[in-house]
Amino acid sequence: MNRRGNMAFLLGYRLYMFAFFLFLVAPLIGAGAFAFNDSMFPALPWKGFTLNWFFGTEQPMIGMFNDRRLLQGLYNSFYVGIAVSLLSVFVGTCNAFLFVRSNLPAKNFFYIMMVLPLVIPGVILGISILVLASTVANTLDDSYGIRLNFLRPGLPLVILGQFSFITTITSLVITARLKKFDATMEEAAYNLGASRTRVLRTITLPYLRPAMIAAGIVAFLVSFENFNTTLFLVGSDSPLTITMFDRMAKGGSTPVLNAVSFFLMLGSGLLALISVLVQRERRPAG
Amino acid sequence: MNYRAVRRLSLILLFAPFALWILLLIVLPHIGMGILSLREKVAPRVYEFGFGNYIGFFTEPIYWHILARTAFMSLFVTAIALLIGFPVAYYVAKIAGPRSRGAMFMLCLIPLWVSDLIRAFGWILLLRETGLISGFLQWTGLAAEPVEMLYNDASVIIGLVYTVMLFMIVPLTSTLEGMDDAMVEAGYNLGGNGFTVLRRIIIPYAMPGIVSGCIIVFMLTAGSYLTPVLLGGKNSSWFTQTIYDQFITRYNWESGAAFGFLLLIFTSLVVWIGLKLSGQTLSSTVARS
Repeated sequence: MNRRGNMAFLLGYRLYMFAFFLFLVAPLIGAGAFAFNDSMFPALPWKGFTLNWFFGTEQPMIGMFNDRRLLQGLYNSFYVGIAVSLLSVFVGTCNAFLFVRSNLPAKNFFYIMMVLPLVIPGVILGISILVLASTVANTLDDSYGIRLNFLRPGLPLVILGQFSFITTITSLVITARLKKFDATMEEAAYNLGASRTRVLRTITLPYLRPAMIAAGIVAFLVSFENFNTTLFLVGSDSPLTITMFDRMAKGGSTPVLNAVSFFLMLGSGLLALISVLVQRERRPAG
Repeated sequence: MNYRAVRRLSLILLFAPFALWILLLIVLPHIGMGILSLREKVAPRVYEFGFGNYIGFFTEPIYWHILARTAFMSLFVTAIALLIGFPVAYYVAKIAGPRSRGAMFMLCLIPLWVSDLIRAFGWILLLRETGLISGFLQWTGLAAEPVEMLYNDASVIIGLVYTVMLFMIVPLTSTLEGMDDAMVEAGYNLGGNGFTVLRRIIIPYAMPGIVSGCIIVFMLTAGSYLTPVLLGGKNSSWFTQTIYDQFITRYNWESGAAFGFLLLIFTSLVVWIGLKLSGQTLSSTVARS
C-alpha cells in the first residue's frame, strides 16, 4: 500500500471509529437529555430547560423524587441489589477458596456446573425457579397446611433468582484474584506463628478485598438492571426496572422516565468509577 | 482435631454454599421444569404423563415458526455484531496509541453500565415517529413528513446489536492484544496484500475471541425479551415472548415449561456446535468475557 493510500485508509478508519462511538452514545444522550426538556413529551421541539421532572411537585409535572411508585421501585431495587450482592460475594468467596485451594474431587465437573448459570437464558432461570418454588409451596400448603409466603412471587424470590446467576460472576472475579495470590506470604505468616484464622483475616482476605468490592459492585449493578429473570418472579412489589417497563409498554410516557434514566446513568457511572478506582489503588501493593 | 479432620471439615464447609446454590437454584428447578413440561392436561385438574406439550409445539406451525425466526434473527444479529465489532476491536487493540487505548476501551464499555431498559428507551426516543432521527430528516428536508422507524425487524436488530455489541468487542480485543505485530509485518513482507494478511493471519489468530464473542452474543440475543418487545412492538414474535404469554397471560405452565426447555435445548445445541467446530471449551469461553 502506498503512503497516500495508507493515510486515506487511516482517515476512513478513524471516521468509522467516530461513527461507532456516536452509535454507542446516541441513545444514551437521547434518554438523558429529554429529562431537562420543559415539555410533556420526551420529544422535540426543545421547550427550554427545567428540573421539574426531578423535583416538580404539581400536576402534571410530578418529578421522580415526588412520584411514590417510582420511589418505591427504587427502594425495592436497592433492597434486592444489596441483598444479592452480599449473598453472591459471600458464596463467590467460598467458591474461590473451594476451586483454588481445596482438593475437591471432580473439580472440573463442578467448575463447569459453576459456569453454567451464565449460559442459561435469564428467562429460563426465571421460569424454572418460579415452577419449583410454586410446586414446593403448593405441596406444603395442600398436604401440611404450611404457608411459605417467600416461595410465592415477590422480592425474596427475585433475590434468589438473581443470585442464581450473579454468583457465577462474583465467583469468577474473586477466583481470578485468588489464583494470583503469592502463597509465600501466607507461609511467612505461619512461620511467624500465626494461626489459620489469623492468617485468613490479616493476609488473605485483605488481599482479596479489592476483588470482593469490585464483584459486589458489579453484582449490585447487574441485579439493579436485571429484567429477564426478575420479570417472572415479581409479585405486587416490583423493582424499578419492572415499574419503568410497565409505563413504557403502556406508552404515553412523560419525561419523568428520562429523569429516572439520567439519575440511574449517573449512579451507575459513579459506581463504575469506584470499582475502577478500588482495583487500581491496590494494584501496586498486590 | 488432627490436621486431616480440619481439612475435611473445611472442605465440607466450603462445599456447602456451592452445593446449595447449584442444587436448589439450578439443578432442581430445571428438573422441576422438565417434569412439568411432561404433564399433559387431559381434563380440568387431571394430568397425565406424556409428550403432548412438545407435540403441540411441532404440530402448531406458528410456534416453531417463531422459534425459527428467533434463531434466524439471532444469527443475523451475531453476524452483524461481528462485522461491526471486529474493526473496532482491531483499532482498540492494535492501532490506537497506548494512552487512548484505555480510554477507548472504557468508552466501549459504557453501555454495560446502563440497563437494557434505558438503552431500549433511548432507541425508542431516536427512532419513533416524533423521534430525533425523524425530526432531523424533516429538518434537513430529506423527509417531508414524520417517519416511523420503530416496531419493525430493522429496529429490533439495531437495538439487539447495540445491546450485545460489547460482549463481542471485549473478547475480540483481549485476543487481538496478544497478537505480535511482527506476524502482520511478516505477512506483508512475504508479499501479501491487506486482504490476504487479514484472511490468512489476523482472523485465524483471533479465532478463539471470535468464537467466544459469537457464542455469548447468540445466547444473549436468543434469550432476550426486553429489546424485541419494546422495539418490535407487541407482535415482534420473539420466542421468549411466547414463553411469557404461555406462563403469565394464558397461565398454561405446562406448555410454557416445554417451550422453555425447547429454547434451552436449542441454544445449548448451537453453543455446543460452536464449541465443537472451534475446539474451545465452555470454561475458557466464559472466562474470557
